[in-house]
Amino acid sequence: MSSTAISGSALALLERMLLIRAYEEKLIALSAGGQFPAVCSSFGQEAAAVGVVAALGAADQILTNHRSAGHLLARGADPGRMLAEVMGRVDGYCRGRSGSLHIAARELGVVLTSTIVGGELSLATGVALAQQTLGRRGLVACFFGDGAAGEGIFHESLNLAATWGLPILYVCENNQWQAYVHRRETMLGEHIAPWAQSLGVEAERVDGNDVFAVHAAAEAACERIRADGRPRLLELSTYRLRGHLEPDDPQAADAAELALWRERDPLRHCIATLLAGGHADAAGIERMSRAAHARIEAALAFAEASPYPAADELLADVYA
Amino acid sequence: MTQNASINPSSLHHAVMSLSDALDTAIAEEMRRDPRVLMFGEGVATKRCALLDEFGAARVRNTPLAEAIIAGTAVGAAASGLRPIADLLFAPFLCYATDALVNSAGKLRFMSGGQFEFPLVTLAMSGGGWGVGAQHNHNLEAWFVHAPGLKVVMPSTPADARGLLKAAIRDDNPVLFFVDIGLLYQPGEVALDADIVPLGRARVVRAGTDVSLVAYGKSVGACLEAAAQLAAAGIEAEVIDLRTLKPLDTETVLASVRRSGRLIVVHEASQSCGVGAEVAARVAEHAWSALRAPIVRLCGPDAPVAASFPLEQAFAPQPAAIAAAAHRLCAREPAVAEVNV
Ligand SMILES: Cc1ncc(C[n+]2csc(CCOP(=O)(O)OP(=O)(O)O)c2C)c(N)n1
Ligand SMILES: [Mg+2]
Repeated sequence: MSSTAISGSALALLERMLLIRAYEEKLIALSAGGQFPAVCSSFGQEAAAVGVVAALGAADQILTNHRSAGHLLARGADPGRMLAEVMGRVDGYCRGRSGSLHIAARELGVVLTSTIVGGELSLATGVALAQQTLGRRGLVACFFGDGAAGEGIFHESLNLAATWGLPILYVCENNQWQAYVHRRETMLGEHIAPWAQSLGVEAERVDGNDVFAVHAAAEAACERIRADGRPRLLELSTYRLRGHLEPDDPQAADAAELALWRERDPLRHCIATLLAGGHADAAGIERMSRAAHARIEAALAFAEASPYPAADELLADVYA
Repeated sequence: MTQNASINPSSLHHAVMSLSDALDTAIAEEMRRDPRVLMFGEGVATKRCALLDEFGAARVRNTPLAEAIIAGTAVGAAASGLRPIADLLFAPFLCYATDALVNSAGKLRFMSGGQFEFPLVTLAMSGGGWGVGAQHNHNLEAWFVHAPGLKVVMPSTPADARGLLKAAIRDDNPVLFFVDIGLLYQPGEVALDADIVPLGRARVVRAGTDVSLVAYGKSVGACLEAAAQLAAAGIEAEVIDLRTLKPLDTETVLASVRRSGRLIVVHEASQSCGVGAEVAARVAEHAWSALRAPIVRLCGPDAPVAASFPLEQAFAPQPAAIAAAAHRLCAREPAVAEVNV
């Protein structure tokens, strides 16, 4: 990426990536300590989350899945309320009922988070239909994994969106893993984008570890969706640098592949680009990183001070 | 999964192992016994590498992340000469698989005039213990009890898990085999030379004549704890583990209630149209005159389960509540009247 393509907001992108990394590092440490709820870490996928979410407007809606921390934090979620949710505390975004896997924050436009793989794909069309029918401006960004693309609902969702002309930005984070199974064991090709194209959905493949490339592609795709109301798909090539669940389970890891992708760590890439272009200096980045960690420490203190929900919440909010 | 069973020196044929290892033992034994048995699912070949090593990649397969086709493939293969075991991981993921299981496996034998049979087993976990929320933890076993043509099993001990799974694999019908997450790593003694545990037979876990506690899954343990508390107060509870939810062993339940005159049905699954409702109805139909008090159901609430640890723990019926209900029933002697428990 040439330095001229880096806008003044580049440092804001880095700042959000640093916050997500600090958050995930804290969860990894807490999980390694034992007696902590299971979490799916987005460690290594920060550029995908930040690059796409930064291209969205306030009226846009986001649907996400079990690996959602990056999407939420990129959208401005309070890490204290997120940690409280993960820890099952009442001040969490979902009052402790969701845990880490289904965090929705309607106030942020992060709606209907599902940890049924493919759940977000099945709901996105309806959210987009409502946006369109009710004359709302926002489009719908739907994050899902390469594994989810193997569910039949992927095909059903894209076909309906293409046929009806629904304003959805499908974002496939192809991180090469589907829980304990490598993507290559589940499909003959390497990419999801051609599947979308075969259904009439314009699709583009992007280096998902280059936050600037992701951001540029997402801005362009959103612009086209806003112009013609039709769905688009971005396939972000990235890598799950941790096991499926924390505490890390390296059982299934491919060591050579992992080493290769560690070299391509999205944070490292972002920082190198900014330093090389003279957009930032090492001391400034160090200050940003320390500030991110301090925010997470404060967030943890908030979460730990939050009580568990009272027993009468067992039956709360079952019906409207 | 590794089979880290420790061999009991007093008997070469007994081992203490977890329910998880007992399931792996049963699968391996049945795959050795019958070359038509194969197993597939998301991560099966990765997580159960001992099976992969022994039986090879043709019989132990990873699948794409796609429950509808996992189940559909199992149903089609079962009708065509194989005996598949499909691992659906967590029970809520069965929703994507339900079409093939309910509309095809459960119906096409009957609808084809008996031309096909569907010898397949699906494995799925449910219940509290992992704090991952209602899209992983949902005791939906009664849905499949309601569907015709399916059998439904949910064991409470490693020995039963081994024996029932072996029976399920040998059965010529589709069996939904539910595993309680909370029991997965609890050790228990398993007789390695024991035969199958036949489907459709409940087990009297503890004998007693004052009140019948009927349960399955982790609620059996809660009933046993309650029974110990009750014994200290002079009340002898009989504890029955249903083990198979369909076909339901009505006779064992009726015989117990005819002795005790009091019935409490306990399960973690929500109450409405749960297995407890069926047990209560059968007792009311067939042992009404033996009842000395109204039937009581203690079940999970009609709500999704929260991820938050204390709420998840509170969801399943607790021993204290079971004991309290038994005390109330026994104190009502001998009237039969309304109680609100
Ligand atoms: C319907 C369903 N099947 C299986 C699972 C268990 N599961 C959770 S995440 C996951 C892997 C998802 O892979 P992918 O879609 O690529 O997303 P990633 O985890 O790589 O971000 C699996 C199998 C689930 N939650 N829902
Ligand atoms: Mg993936």
